[in-house]
Amino acid sequence: MSKFNKGKQKEDPEVSTASLPDIIFMLLFFFMVVTVMRESELKIKVTTPQATELTKLQEKSLVNYIHIGRPTKNYQAKFGTSPKIQLGDKISDIEEIPLFLENHKASVPEKLQFKITTSLKVDSDVTMGIVTDVKEKLRKSGQLKVNYSAKKRTGDL
Amino acid sequence: MARVRAKDRMKNEVNAGSMADIAFLLLIFFLVTTTILEDSGILVKLPEWSDEPPEDIRLNTRNIYSVLVNTNNDLLVRKQPMALKDLRDDTKLFITNPKKDPTLSDSPKQAIVSLKNDRGTSYKAYLEVYNELRAAYNEIWDEQAQIRYGKNYDDCTKAEQEGIRNDFPLVISEAESTSFGDEG
Repeated sequence: MSKFNKGKQKEDPEVSTASLPDIIFMLLFFFMVVTVMRESELKIKVTTPQATELTKLQEKSLVNYIHIGRPTKNYQAKFGTSPKIQLGDKISDIEEIPLFLENHKASVPEKLQFKITTSLKVDSDVTMGIVTDVKEKLRKSGQLKVNYSAKKRTGDL
Repeated sequence: MARVRAKDRMKNEVNAGSMADIAFLLLIFFLVTTTILEDSGILVKLPEWSDEPPEDIRLNTRNIYSVLVNTNNDLLVRKQPMALKDLRDDTKLFITNPKKDPTLSDSPKQAIVSLKNDRGTSYKAYLEVYNELRAAYNEIWDEQAQIRYGKNYDDCTKAEQEGIRNDFPLVISEAESTSFGDEG
């Protein structure tokens, strides 16, 4: 209204923050899509070994996970220190693998069932005995596609 | 003044200013819980189970590349101790046999890699050995792809890959493991 006011209005051109929510929402949607909720707490220690000849596993819904490792400190009193198998969220016996596979299979459309892969997440320190037993069980259950989970090796051998 | 106030009450707009805050909150939540874990590993096809004992097939010893990993994670390749870092090149040499050495394989098609481990072998050692054997085949396939088509194996078409794989079939046979050093 006055002369002064007019001068002031010109002085502060603000950055419009109106599109800020949109940007945030975009990021939000991105993270929502890529997020995988941790379904199960691991009761065993699993540090997968390193390798070079890796294949990436696509389609998480077609993968079931079998963890093999030694129980972590909290569970050692209950389960001891020898290698154990964890299916889903509980430490299981080897005999429970067929049922576990069957349960997972039921959640997959019939057309895609031949694509089901079992990802063996095995700790580096575990001895082959238990792994061999698991492999035999998988073979007996007809689950032949197996992935030995491993990390990319960066250094030399 | 009073008139202005009445006007203000007329346009009942939801305040969208806090929208950004809410979105931020959600964003931070998902940022924290996200594990962009991509699961990768060595893909293996296990042989089908059969209750009958496997047939006793006699193969020419020159076509068998036996790899043994014992409880101490030592390597015995064709009855000779070997370091892990030499395994890949030696396997390639055995399969391709470029100089037609009579002690190495007749042809890549007849070559069989046999892997045997003990129940006490560590998984890490086993996987490293398996990885080297796999790497040997992958390198051979890559070299063949370069020779035949002048491109990487991964860039070849399905048919081209199959052609290469037919001539250099991946045969890693795993014998039943021995049980000298298993833990309870």
